[in-house]
Amino acid sequence: MLLRSPRVSRSEFEASTGWRLKPEGACQGEVCIPLSQPPGESIDVARVAKDIGMPLIAAPEQGLWALGPASIGSRALASAQAPDLSLPGLDGKEFRLSSLRGQKVLLYAWAPY
Amino acid sequence: MWQVLRNELHPKGLELVTVGLDTLGSDGCRAFIEAAKPEHPSLIDRHHVLAALFGVVNIPSSVWIDENGMIVRPAETAPAPPQSDGRASRFTLPADLPQRFVEIRAEAAKIRKDTDAYHAALRDWVERGAASRFALPPDEVVERSRPRDDAKARGHAHFQLASQLEIDGHHAAAVHHFREAHRLVPESWTFRRQAWSLEKVGDGPLARFWQGPNPDAPEAWPYDGDWLSDVRKVGAENYNEPWRP
Repeated sequence: MLLRSPRVSRSEFEASTGWRLKPEGACQGEVCIPLSQPPGESIDVARVAKDIGMPLIAAPEQGLWALGPASIGSRALASAQAPDLSLPGLDGKEFRLSSLRGQKVLLYAWAPY
Repeated sequence: MWQVLRNELHPKGLELVTVGLDTLGSDGCRAFIEAAKPEHPSLIDRHHVLAALFGVVNIPSSVWIDENGMIVRPAETAPAPPQSDGRASRFTLPADLPQRFVEIRAEAAKIRKDTDAYHAALRDWVERGAASRFALPPDEVVERSRPRDDAKARGHAHFQLASQLEIDGHHAAAVHHFREAHRLVPESWTFRRQAWSLEKVGDGPLARFWQGPNPDAPEAWPYDGDWLSDVRKVGAENYNEPWRP
């Protein structure tokens, strides 16, 4: 997740990371991690990132921060449940992977280089 | 080739979703996508979220997902479908290739592709679904996915930061963070090739494939490796992991 400020709204944090911030902690699937501060409408990303174990890398001169994935378990995948991917097409419109539920999906990564 | 495959397998319940991993986004991917005229979703992944979310480390790669949204095969090398008519590659290269491209082609020719095994398995899964032995149970899917620790997670964050810095026009800062991503996630070919591809040498459609020092200014190359050196170091035959049923 890329940020232009070290604080974001709770809904933006949840939508971008897939973590839900509840009174009992930050939850994803069956995992809940206690938070050091009850979540409000505005999130101190550095603090929540530290609680969850997500790296926050800063390029403060350029006003940019990047929040990396949580390393839960010791693998890229914490479970076999496909994360809900949302990416744009050439036309800029967002496409959600979950819209294909009911079909088998071959997700194919390529590059023009 | 993938469009032909998709036409055949889509009526049997498979959808193909292609994802172009490119910091240059639509500008980088457009020509290729438009040439393919896809009828399936063709997405653009500027920050390589497929690496963070699915553990993709090289291209071309695939992930298989079933009708319930469960991954049945994690990210692995995905060879192009076999040519049904024995035609040679449709890419025609210029007659007088620079020496570097001659050498790149020579190495690329040694890269192993388990084309027949992979595509037989794909068809088996499309036909038989969960009964296919190639559809893996959840524990095995997780077990086969890439190792990830805090250092690698930081590497992913560095990569995404680098990618956005590049888009914002801060190339030197981008290079710094690309280098950190390379250091922290050495197994990712996509992290390296993306960064190298942004140091274009020459113009034209092959410029982004040079992926190495400019012979007119070799000392300006900002990375520790390049495509030819890195592939030779590991051995082209080891570039892809063998396909595991």
